[in-house]
Amino acid sequence: MKSECPLTKNHIKIALVGQPNVGKSMLINSVSNSHLHVGNFSGVTVEKTEVLFDYKDYNFTVVDLPGTYALADYTIEERVTHNFLLYEEYDIIINVVDSTNLAKNLQLTAELMTLGKKMVIALNMSDEAKKEGIEIDEAYMSELLGVPCIKTSAVTKEGLNQLLDKTIEVFNNNFTLPKLIFSETVEEEIEKIEYYLKKHQPVCPNVYRNVAINILRNDKKTFKKLHDEPIWTELLPILIESSKHIELHHDTDDIKEAFAEEYASFIRGVVAETVKVSDEDLTKQTLTDKIDKVLIHPVFGIPIFLFFMWGLFQLTFELGAIPMDYIDSFFVWLGDVVGNTIANDNIRKMVVDGVIAGVGAVVLFVPNIIILFIGIALLESTGYMSRVAFLLDGFFHKFGLHGQSFIPLVTGFGCSIPAYMSARILKNDRDRLLTLFIIGFMSCGARLPVYVLFAGAFFDESMAGNVLFAIYVSGAVIGLIAAKILKLTAFKGVDEPFVMEMPKYRLPSLKLIWHTVVTKTLMYLKKAGTFIAAASMLVWFLSEYPKNQDIENKYATLIENAKTKDEATRLEIQQKKEELSNSYIGQIGQVIEPLFTPLGFDWKMDVALVSGLAAKEVVVSTLGVLYSTGDTTDGEDKSLQNAIKKHIPFASAIAFIVVVMTYLPCFAATTVFAKEAGSWRYAFYLFVFTSVVAYILAFTAYRIAVSLI
Amino acid sequence: MNLLECKKGDKVVITKIKAKDELKRRLISFGLIKGVDLEILNCSPGKKTVEIKVDKTRLALRKEEASLIEVECEE
Ligand SMILES: Nc1nc2c(ncn2[C@@H]2O[C@H](COP(=O)(O)OP(=O)(O)O)[C@@H](O)[C@H]2O)c(=O)[nH]1
Repeated sequence: MKSECPLTKNHIKIALVGQPNVGKSMLINSVSNSHLHVGNFSGVTVEKTEVLFDYKDYNFTVVDLPGTYALADYTIEERVTHNFLLYEEYDIIINVVDSTNLAKNLQLTAELMTLGKKMVIALNMSDEAKKEGIEIDEAYMSELLGVPCIKTSAVTKEGLNQLLDKTIEVFNNNFTLPKLIFSETVEEEIEKIEYYLKKHQPVCPNVYRNVAINILRNDKKTFKKLHDEPIWTELLPILIESSKHIELHHDTDDIKEAFAEEYASFIRGVVAETVKVSDEDLTKQTLTDKIDKVLIHPVFGIPIFLFFMWGLFQLTFELGAIPMDYIDSFFVWLGDVVGNTIANDNIRKMVVDGVIAGVGAVVLFVPNIIILFIGIALLESTGYMSRVAFLLDGFFHKFGLHGQSFIPLVTGFGCSIPAYMSARILKNDRDRLLTLFIIGFMSCGARLPVYVLFAGAFFDESMAGNVLFAIYVSGAVIGLIAAKILKLTAFKGVDEPFVMEMPKYRLPSLKLIWHTVVTKTLMYLKKAGTFIAAASMLVWFLSEYPKNQDIENKYATLIENAKTKDEATRLEIQQKKEELSNSYIGQIGQVIEPLFTPLGFDWKMDVALVSGLAAKEVVVSTLGVLYSTGDTTDGEDKSLQNAIKKHIPFASAIAFIVVVMTYLPCFAATTVFAKEAGSWRYAFYLFVFTSVVAYILAFTAYRIAVSLI
Repeated sequence: MNLLECKKGDKVVITKIKAKDELKRRLISFGLIKGVDLEILNCSPGKKTVEIKVDKTRLALRKEEASLIEVECEE
């Protein structure tokens, strides 16, 4: 027995269940001061989260299950929650409901009531209900449902202790059957089956009445369980007849629909008895109605959204650029300081030029990413995100995408890593995969230096801005076309239905946004940082080794004999170049050169592209080294621009940009992609897909450019 | 008539959900059940998506889904 074991005596394991957006995460946050992500977008917690805390003499474990509208198995959330509730160990269910929208929330409650578990209902958002003039008689409701109901507010923290006290009480009492009452016809059939079950006593984990209800409403999991029992052959005909009876009564051929109607009318009854709405003025517009009038206006809705996005990007790049110089000089300083403490020349170079420079390049983008995350968190937590999905679904659907795909795609312009992560908001696996596959076509911030360099080298300064814009737009267009092609081939299938709740507008809570942003930023730093450190080291190693003593010796004497300083520098550069073409990376470049000749690339461009697989910033620095302008990696560096203009024909440059636009995102992003897609197999597909697209497009662009000149 | 044929601002009653299996279950779980009242709140440009209000819940549906919901004008 559980209660006799001193170790487990005071443990209560709670399954926290509720529909999306009822304030589950915030409730658990307020109870335990834990830092979960609270968002106003349906279904923020995809994975279940466990939170531990002590209250009175008890040790609570709360499992925050993903929000679901019903106990179904359609979306990831539903599957996680449903499986947990059926097959995992827990003591008690706390069902969180939104007091301002009881009728809908209690649908799930009704389903939970047949699980045969101890249960407490938290009537959350009671502060909001009060404001809206909704009065709930919690005592009467507890009595009608046979389940204790406690008013709570995660915001004002009211009722939280009562909720825990009640949970302890229910935990210590024996299980009592909730009062779920159906229409007479259905009750009759339930009784018939319950009677039959009682007579034959099959082993069931649940009360017989509940088993009867669940097999009647054709619950697959209960079905499967009973299917192997010897009584099944006898039970089945009775069941079929009962179901027919119920279906006839409800004038439908779908027993689940019949039960949904049964639940709905039971709930309507309960709500009518226990909820009073004072001063309800049906014609009065709510605040949400008023805001929606503007934000999802059929004409102005999309321009307003575009304006917000434009603003977000302005902020991301303008504001984000301010700390960049400081970060940059910090890493230069750090490199010097650390470099001075390392005596060994090779190790120092590896640490300073490899690791610190590489990690620095990633950290450089942290301000941009923070701003982008704040913007996205705001979009999420205010409820605007679902409006945008509503507005854009028509457009995205044409390309086989889902309205909600826009969030990951837009994020992709900042950095692919958070973009891949944010694709989780897409519920359907196929939609999510399709979106993941095209995120890379949205040019991320790290590709900007490459574009700036080439636009500056080949176009007049006044034109460069437009060229940049054209690059971004054509990247997005290529992405959409790629989506369409994938949808027609690899991701063929029926279209995902678009049915989505549009939550009320809410003021975002600063504390919660802060938490979200901090967690996500740390995740970015950790994931990209550790990875980039390793990748930079590798690239550095490949470009430094093998050491060729002959070259070193040859240049050592040459430089020593140099007459002027200029000549010495020139020779040093020459040496670097020769060393590079002898290094592993140079060898790789020469091996793959034939492959890229049709695109008009020389081996240096090949190497730059290959090194760009580690991180896109590396493309510029590699070009810088290979085209012998010393080690300046600045995209605006005039000498590198001139060198490129001199050495690279215009058509090749165009093809090069096309490849940078379309080929595989950096390695760190690819790792995240594999994780989000669920398998490295997909990363391989992504590599093949993007390479093929890049090659074909670059070849076409090159041919067109050659024939035009 | 079906939901798609309604105008913004119409208040109607659901008479039948013509969707199949999964989708039907999904619509039901959002509270779209025979006999329930709903109001058409908004349509996106070109009526690609429709926003409706069921009780206190706002829902967005794509036109394909909306056309599967049979409704009747409230008297
Ligand atoms: N007024 C009010 N707002 C709440 C309450 N609980 C949560 N919220 C807000 O409701 C939104 C959704 O909350 P969240 O915890 O993400 O819901 P979940 O999806 O169930 O986890 C957030 O914007 C919260 O700030 C409450 O008791 N009162």
